Amino acid sequence: MPDTDHRLYLVAGAALFAIGFYSLVVQTHLLRRIMALNVMGSGVFLVFLTLADRTTGSVADPVPHAMVLTGIVVAVCATGLALALADRVQAATNKVDVDDGPDGSQDATDAKEARRG
Amino acid sequence: MTASWSFALLVLGPLMAAALAFVFPRRGRGVALAAAGITAGAWVGLVREVMAGGVQIQRVGGWSAPLGIDLRADGLAVLMLMVTGLISGAVTLYSGRYFRDAHDLESAHRERYFWPLFLFLWAALNALFLSADIFNLYVTLELLGFAAVALVALAGNREALKSAMRYLFVSLAASLFYLLGVALVYGQCATVDLTLLAAKAQPGPTLWVALALMTGGLLAKAALFPLHFWLPPAHANAPAPVSALLSALVVKGAFYILLRLWFEAFHSLNTPAVAQVFGGLGAAAILWGSANALFQPRLKLLVAYSTVAQLGYLFLLFPLAAARDGGFLAWSGGLIFLAAHACAKTAMFLTAGNILHAAGHDRIKDLGGITHVPPISTFAFGLAGLSLIGLPPSSGFAGKWLLLSASLVQGQWWWVVVMLVGSLLAAAYVMRVLTRAFTRVPDATAPHPIPPVMEWTALAMAVLAVGFGLVARWPAELLRVGVPWP
Repeated sequence: MPDTDHRLYLVAGAALFAIGFYSLVVQTHLLRRIMALNVMGSGVFLVFLTLADRTTGSVADPVPHAMVLTGIVVAVCATGLALALADRVQAATNKVDVDDGPDGSQDATDAKEARRG
Repeated sequence: MTASWSFALLVLGPLMAAALAFVFPRRGRGVALAAAGITAGAWVGLVREVMAGGVQIQRVGGWSAPLGIDLRADGLAVLMLMVTGLISGAVTLYSGRYFRDAHDLESAHRERYFWPLFLFLWAALNALFLSADIFNLYVTLELLGFAAVALVALAGNREALKSAMRYLFVSLAASLFYLLGVALVYGQCATVDLTLLAAKAQPGPTLWVALALMTGGLLAKAALFPLHFWLPPAHANAPAPVSALLSALVVKGAFYILLRLWFEAFHSLNTPAVAQVFGGLGAAAILWGSANALFQPRLKLLVAYSTVAQLGYLFLLFPLAAARDGGFLAWSGGLIFLAAHACAKTAMFLTAGNILHAAGHDRIKDLGGITHVPPISTFAFGLAGLSLIGLPPSSGFAGKWLLLSASLVQGQWWWVVVMLVGSLLAAAYVMRVLTRAFTRVPDATAPHPIPPVMEWTALAMAVLAVGFGLVARWPAELLRVGVPWP
């Protein structure tokens, strides 16, 4: 495979990573942020797989494949944990986003609750 | 032979215990104590091998790299394992009572999940310190992050859940930055082994980008200023023993990987300019964290901001240890400081837990009148404070002294100024708590009695934070084994 093709895949991987990271930062909905993390992860995996194909022989390098497999397992676990936690956050706060309060100070929350009556 | 058993038991001991504690929830404490015993024995076996025979390497399952996984123990790894074991042991003793004291359904539920998660965290830390390649470090870093996030969420209230959620986002994004860096490193050098990388890595655009990505992710995980924003809420809202684990150990996992990257695998890229940037961020963390600690309304937030500040000292190791002259002074000083901070911060968070237990709150301005009753806890906080400020003969002093000597030897006087100002600020925030504690108020509320084991564990860690300084020569000798430069 000529080198330009690799460059295409590498750029695509980097772009997915950047798009995912951008969404993670600007989105507030928890589900969207969890999906953003998965998009970032896909970008990284694409880079790994492209690098696996850069060997001189006809057989692809197995090491990046092993790493991507491990990475996918980790990503599934991470998504599971994030979804479970998001569910608990929604149950506790009745909201689907995490507002950026002042350092999670309990006093501020108490005061807010007191004001609410 | 002994070494391979030690490697296996250090990782598998806590891991099997985690599984057992999950299956037998009523036996959590006993299982954790057994794991503590096993890891202590394995550690003793390993340290003897390392002191006698140098760096130990274990090929897991007889497979060699790159497809197999190597485990490796040098002086640095053994020191980190020791700190992990000490803190985990103390947390085991403390938590046995902490979660059991309130006999409601919720705390029974918390205890049920605390033990497996804590043991899982312990296994992840041990595996991290024994890893010999940057991909295995990624996997252990993720395991560590998952356990830590779940432990923060354990408190179950709104603030804790929200902090855990934010912590998880930061942690996962940081890991992916690190992993992308690993991909680029593999693409460039065709290996992920730390030792092989040290020989192969040559400065070039790809490696600079890779290292920047990895370092960015790790700095967020290590909560170095200005990426510390997630730490105070997460550490302050977690249950006390969890806060102790997070502040004493979890953030240091990421710092440890940074040391491995910059001083070992990519030492050829560790230029003075890079080192000064690390030092500058560390200095900013010291000043910013200490100044914020002074104004926190709650004790646990104060202790958490103090962690932000103290992590800054660790990064002063970068500009000071990179130099040929007095480099090892700074290297051992920074790592003794790390051990000192781990013990002192554990003592402080456990004490904060005791005060919360006794008074039902941890608002600093209302502490007067209750803390004169549990004198052991107040004493523990004072002793731990001594080490944080860095007064002799504490281990905090030993660490700072070595860092100061290194900066004077190398003529980098500006770090001396930062360290002295940081110490003064630390003295101010520790005194702010202690003066409150010694004030008697006439209408003091009767405190809830604190179980003795919780008080004595906190005190034991504080005594260790001070006493470790008296034997600081030993860790310095241990660190010589496999030190990344001749």
